[in-house]
Amino acid sequence: MTQFPPDVLARHNLTEAEYRKIVGLLGREPAFTELGIFSVMWSEHCSYKSSRMHLKKLPTRSKLVVQGPGENAGIIDIGQGYAIVFKIESHNHPSFIEPFQGAATGVGGILRDIFTMGARPIAVMDALRFGPLDDPQSGPRNRRLLEGVVGGIAHYGNCFGVPTVGGECVFETSYGGNPLVNVFALGVVRREDIFYARAAGDGNPVIYAGAKTGRDGVHGATMASAEFTEESKEKRPNVQVGDPFLEKLLLEACLEAMQTGAVVGIQDMGAAGLTCSTCEMGGRGQVGIEIDLMHVPQRETGMTPYEIMLSESQERMLLVAEKGRQEEVFRVFRKWGLDAVTIGRVTSDNMLRVKDHGAVVAEIPNAALTDAAPMYDRQRTRPYRTAPMKGPTFRSMDLDADLRKLLCSGDLCSKQSIWRQYDHMVRTNTTLGPGADAAIVRIKETGASVAMSLDGNGRYCSLSPREGAKLIVAECCRNLSTVGALPVAATNNLNFGNPERPEIMAQLVEAIEGMGEACAFFETPITGGNVSLYNETRTGGELTAIFPTPVMGVVGLLPTQMPVPLSFRNRDRDIVLLGGPGGCDELHFGGTQYAKHILDDLWGLPPALDMDYEKRVQAAIRQIIAEGLAESSHDLSDGGLAVAAAECCFSPGNIGAALELDTDLRPEFSLFHEAPSRILISTTHADRVAAVAAQYRIEAPVIGRTVEGRLTIRNRGNTLIDSPVETLRNLWEGALEHLLHAQDRHV
Amino acid sequence: MKFGIVVFPGSNCDHDAWYSVTHNLHQEAELLWHDSSSLGDVDAVILPGGFSYGDYLRCGAIAKFSRIMAAVRSFACDGGLVLGLCNGFQILVESGLLPGALIRNRGLKFICSPVELRVETTNSPFTSMAQKGRILRIPIAHGEGCYVADAHTLDALEAEDRVLLRYAANPNGSLRDIAGICNAGRNVMGMMPHPERAADPLMGSTDGLVLLQSMVASPALQVK
Repeated sequence: MTQFPPDVLARHNLTEAEYRKIVGLLGREPAFTELGIFSVMWSEHCSYKSSRMHLKKLPTRSKLVVQGPGENAGIIDIGQGYAIVFKIESHNHPSFIEPFQGAATGVGGILRDIFTMGARPIAVMDALRFGPLDDPQSGPRNRRLLEGVVGGIAHYGNCFGVPTVGGECVFETSYGGNPLVNVFALGVVRREDIFYARAAGDGNPVIYAGAKTGRDGVHGATMASAEFTEESKEKRPNVQVGDPFLEKLLLEACLEAMQTGAVVGIQDMGAAGLTCSTCEMGGRGQVGIEIDLMHVPQRETGMTPYEIMLSESQERMLLVAEKGRQEEVFRVFRKWGLDAVTIGRVTSDNMLRVKDHGAVVAEIPNAALTDAAPMYDRQRTRPYRTAPMKGPTFRSMDLDADLRKLLCSGDLCSKQSIWRQYDHMVRTNTTLGPGADAAIVRIKETGASVAMSLDGNGRYCSLSPREGAKLIVAECCRNLSTVGALPVAATNNLNFGNPERPEIMAQLVEAIEGMGEACAFFETPITGGNVSLYNETRTGGELTAIFPTPVMGVVGLLPTQMPVPLSFRNRDRDIVLLGGPGGCDELHFGGTQYAKHILDDLWGLPPALDMDYEKRVQAAIRQIIAEGLAESSHDLSDGGLAVAAAECCFSPGNIGAALELDTDLRPEFSLFHEAPSRILISTTHADRVAAVAAQYRIEAPVIGRTVEGRLTIRNRGNTLIDSPVETLRNLWEGALEHLLHAQDRHV
Repeated sequence: MKFGIVVFPGSNCDHDAWYSVTHNLHQEAELLWHDSSSLGDVDAVILPGGFSYGDYLRCGAIAKFSRIMAAVRSFACDGGLVLGLCNGFQILVESGLLPGALIRNRGLKFICSPVELRVETTNSPFTSMAQKGRILRIPIAHGEGCYVADAHTLDALEAEDRVLLRYAANPNGSLRDIAGICNAGRNVMGMMPHPERAADPLMGSTDGLVLLQSMVASPALQVK
């Protein structure tokens, strides 16, 4: 029935039904360029067709939200006339194909999303997932991917001049064939200087600025919406190449051009490039956009309209200027040595019209590409899981050895050798940088600071997407509270497998619902984000999906002040376990790091979360920090009490701890269970801490004292852990380098 | 005193330098565009860190041809104080205002970390307010900060007391642990570490301020 053979539709990831819908919307068969335009705009990546109806369940509003989902990034009011702009986005598929450039352009893309709204980027964080570095088979590849991705992030962020202030990096077999690279960026803007990606004003010029258009990245968005096969690596030409220097110039030029008052609207060309920016800007502004491709600066000769419209060349922006004032815009771009040309104009007919030397090659109503894009209520069953509910019987032979092994694991070891490759200080705002529970950047203009944290425990979510997602929100908020910040808003990156599989779709929906419930409870509305589906790899005949991995980025506010450090500062301080020892049983122990690294197993359910109690613990720690009662503060998470206590000992001063527990839990549980709602602080004001805890009706036992150079943990007189801090620290600090390079030395 | 801070395309520590001068040092500062042929009425020049011209070709290799560098060169020849930080140091060696070269770090990776620097001499307008042997805690953030020069040049730098700062624990392979040097006229200094990042108590160290304070106190300015 179509003029295109089935394989052409298949290559465009369009179904027969979708094609029929296109014909219906146009009232005719699409031309080839139009087919390409539909294919990218209706791709999962751009249309959210599998997730859209469920994303509506997320809370998106609060008194502070200036801009929720639907724009390039979310915006939160931070007072005194200023706002922060932030979002997280994935670049998983490109990073697997070409890790360095894939990650670099991931950073570039999210930075443009921030400065297109008028904000200057002041912080980047990233959440990374790879296969295990020491896997006998895939280890070399995983190590190469890690080094490539880290190098790419460093390359782009360092040159651009935005500090990479933190993040997280986790290793699981399920990410071996499909690593995750999620990049979060945050910028600051005066409220009156916010720009939106809306076209307006019949006859206003449409201006193209930045890099020239090449053939790179044609069909990147559709690539990101399909599963991986071994052949995917042959898609390397689909991956774009980034130029952070050009992006830096583009940033300065855009912010300066916005100050002229001649800019009406602006959007970056990200996924689906010129196609997406033109139809979305027209759509949001309820106007049309008409362009002629002969004006588009091109890097290569002989490019077809199809290629120009679908190119994902980096570092490009689309602006609408006020008629007659375009020269003011051009002058700024010339100053920064950048191309800026008029390629078309705003119309009043709500159409995207693309010409090539005057001849119309595409003419599509904006709505057909955006609002009318397919939306599927995909079939879902019970969430996919293979883990049993019941775990093995086990008994630790050596708890000290267990702790050492955990501290040496890729997941829990120091990531310093990664983050010292990132410039985390440029712009001199980073008061708390990588390696802390949350990062803090000060806003020079207001005297307030912004804290941010990323988290996404796929292991928990594989056991229960709903409870796992709630735990992720709670953990992010706790990270912020632990440094004294009040969580105010969130962005999410939903990394899942193939939504056409009902058991994967069920994971996605349950995670969204759990996240929505928790975000509403913790009053952190979601102001935008990204959905990355089809994170699966087919090797041989078998399809492997990643762990369901919703990554949250939560931002919080606090007054600018010297930060409370994570690690102990002085001897002879009381150590308080705010929130108490927490409970655990066998069922809720199966998702812990202990189960993973010591028992090599996964079972049961994630730790149990009492959101009301969690919220009170967080309120208490914020008040304790505001009153200056905590000398150090660190929340318990992966690895439980023993790992958190060890991390608190890794201070410059070689301060250790002597902890005395009083619990009925078996030692493996009391040391390593991962129940939430717990924060370890050191203080000289145990009485006042106790008073705050009582006020919030939470437990706050004094569980020990800081001492010189040794970590000991006893339960009712029985020694569980007894190690010199230096031994633990050396293992923890050197583990990642060892994982990355030990194998090389034996070759 | 008025500092001029040059902005090249790709400079990204220009604002940090400006902020440290105006807010931490409480002196005047003006940003100078690379395409300008004049330095105006500034009393001293800072070439800030960053990736001027994308660090294409070699770090600092293109910046040396920018219009403002001719003005910086004659300013330096007249005895004006010029401080190159990180990429600014790279530009100064590319321009021939300082000897040697800055090559890829020994470990081949970019390193961002606080380091300890030892003040080797107070005989310069950049270190006069410090004490010889004092340890300054100032961050580095560079991929190409390994200072190299031939033995003859290194010997001369040492003989003439022109090594101003050395790394206490060498992070990047710089020969003879050199972190900062000055020219024969002692009015041009280049250093890889970032004193502008160690000028505010909130950043964890204010040890970098002493370099800027020394410049303010410099008799070279009174002569000028």
